[in-house]
Amino acid sequence: MSVIIIAELSEKKIKKQSLEVISYGVALANQLGTDSIALVMGETVDNLSSLGKYGLKKVIHQQHTASMLSDNKLACRFIADVCTQEQAKVVVFSNSLLGKAVAPRLSVKLRAGLVTGAVKLPDTSNGFKVRKSVFSGKAFADVDILTPIKIISLNANAFEIIQQSDAVAEVVESSIEIGAGTLNIIETKKNEGNISLADADRVVSGGRGLKGPENWGMIEELAQALGAATACSRPVADSNWRPHHEHVGQTGVAISPNLYIAVGISGAIQHLAGVNRSKTIVVINSDPEAPFFKAADYGIVGDAFQVMPKIIEAVKNLG
Amino acid sequence: MKILVCISRTPDTTAKISFTNQNTTFNAEGVQWIINPYDEWYALVRAIELKEKDSTTIIHLINVGNNENEAIIRKALALGGDEAIRINSESNDPFFIAQQIAAVAKDGYDLVLTGKETIDHNGSSIGGMIAELLDANYISLATKLDIENGNAIVGREADGGEEKISAPFPLVVSCQKGMAEARIPNMRGIMAARTKPLKVAEAVQSESFTAVTGFDLPPAKAGVKLIPADTPELLVKLLREEAKAI
Ligand SMILES: Cc1cc2nc3c(=O)[nH]c(=O)nc-3n(C[C@H](O)[C@H](O)[C@H](O)COP(=O)(O)OP(=O)(O)OC[C@H]3O[C@@H](n4cnc5c(N)ncnc54)[C@H](O)[C@@H]3O)c2cc1C
Repeated sequence: MSVIIIAELSEKKIKKQSLEVISYGVALANQLGTDSIALVMGETVDNLSSLGKYGLKKVIHQQHTASMLSDNKLACRFIADVCTQEQAKVVVFSNSLLGKAVAPRLSVKLRAGLVTGAVKLPDTSNGFKVRKSVFSGKAFADVDILTPIKIISLNANAFEIIQQSDAVAEVVESSIEIGAGTLNIIETKKNEGNISLADADRVVSGGRGLKGPENWGMIEELAQALGAATACSRPVADSNWRPHHEHVGQTGVAISPNLYIAVGISGAIQHLAGVNRSKTIVVINSDPEAPFFKAADYGIVGDAFQVMPKIIEAVKNLG
Repeated sequence: MKILVCISRTPDTTAKISFTNQNTTFNAEGVQWIINPYDEWYALVRAIELKEKDSTTIIHLINVGNNENEAIIRKALALGGDEAIRINSESNDPFFIAQQIAAVAKDGYDLVLTGKETIDHNGSSIGGMIAELLDANYISLATKLDIENGNAIVGREADGGEEKISAPFPLVVSCQKGMAEARIPNMRGIMAARTKPLKVAEAVQSESFTAVTGFDLPPAKAGVKLIPADTPELLVKLLREEAKAI
């Protein structure tokens, strides 16, 4: 019996979100009195045995992925094989692109109930109740998984990364053959901008209050100084001031960074739905009545064009 | 080309979220119901656009729900579906719902479209489950969909970018922003929808994998701490020392 944790790579390194899901899976395995095993798919420059410091006993590594990471049918079959081999009791994914693509398939294949968007460890005192985010972050639901095998996908920034010791994990190279699928990847394109919004720890976002695309310099400058990604409200993307992939909210990307700074955004309910899971929210708006202040932790009532340069300067002086 | 579009009913995006019966039931009082925006704006409208390019395309709609869902099914028909089927069930278990849709979809559909998630359950799991039940390919979070030489050409969100994929049919695709431009039904569509077939079928036998046992609301925010506009550098200090966010 084991808890299988799907850990993902970005630029050949374990993602931060995957360290969260590893910490979650290890804590869950302890709670259930079983072992935790991470599964890493793809070429990596990380020393996987060092993942032992998060409490993992074992890491299974699949070096050759073929088109598996784009073809969820292949990924599902592979993960299902590993789960059978390791007698998986629980499988945990990040609620990431990969998790969204593969976990539902795996649920059917293993006949294992799935809860996506979990925000904490399950309550196993009576059943297996997983708390998940619903209504776009406006509420939680407790969902009982009724099947013997369980699958959970964990929201970003919902669980803290826990380093336990200097222990070393056993690394096993998988020898499972990945077959060929019928999907054909024609092209892959990277978005411009350095940090991907979904993985970003900090996000600086601009709204219609910035008047036009020519004024985004200060958003980008603050983002750069903070190591943050940039985002925007829907009308900003709709007017093509910014690329569509930056649109956050109910109908755009839903994010949950540690820090969200909203500049010239009114805080409409549909916008909040995509950002309300952020840990600290800062709002800069000239209108003291802007609804966003009700959802904010820190606020400045003021003209963005006056305030932003001083903030940028102060951040740069932080060192 | 035969397309099956999955339509779900959700509370309006501005609906007040609260619960009754000791937090076990969504409080629907005064709530306006809409077609789940991802199903409507992206999945359904893209299907309609494909039909406008190739008039032999057939668009069927499917909803798993009770008869209160018929208003939004009629609206979807007014936008452009040819006919609809409602599977009479109150279940909210994704596997049970996927089984119902797969049982219909296996009857000669080339393409099954869903929204990327519903805005109430935020599950994002029905499409992948249908695909596995049909042993079909599944492309999640698609932003573009075209048909060329008997294959689907699909653009989808990938880590930090985009992927363009060619896939044979049958195929299941979950749709998000970028796929199509939202439309509103016109008078002709609304009139036509009244006489379009809306079949009702009973659910097929299926297991449920999960059960919702209760709901909760997040704790209220402590309240905003306002920083005077003439000392914005104080914000940076608080973010570092108090919030430990930078
Ligand atoms: C079904 C549906 C789905 C939607 N989905 C989304 C979504 O996913 N994401 C989203 O963002 N929106 C969404 N919307 C739109 C949403 O309702 C709002 O219209 C939108 O978020 C407003 O964008 P905004 O705050 O940038 O613009 P506005 O509402 O115009 O606000 C601009 C703000 O800037 C402030 N401002 C002006 N000048 C300055 C200045 N010099 N300095 C500082 N502040 C200034 C103003 O006080 C104002 O508060 C959706 C709407 C619907 C109906």
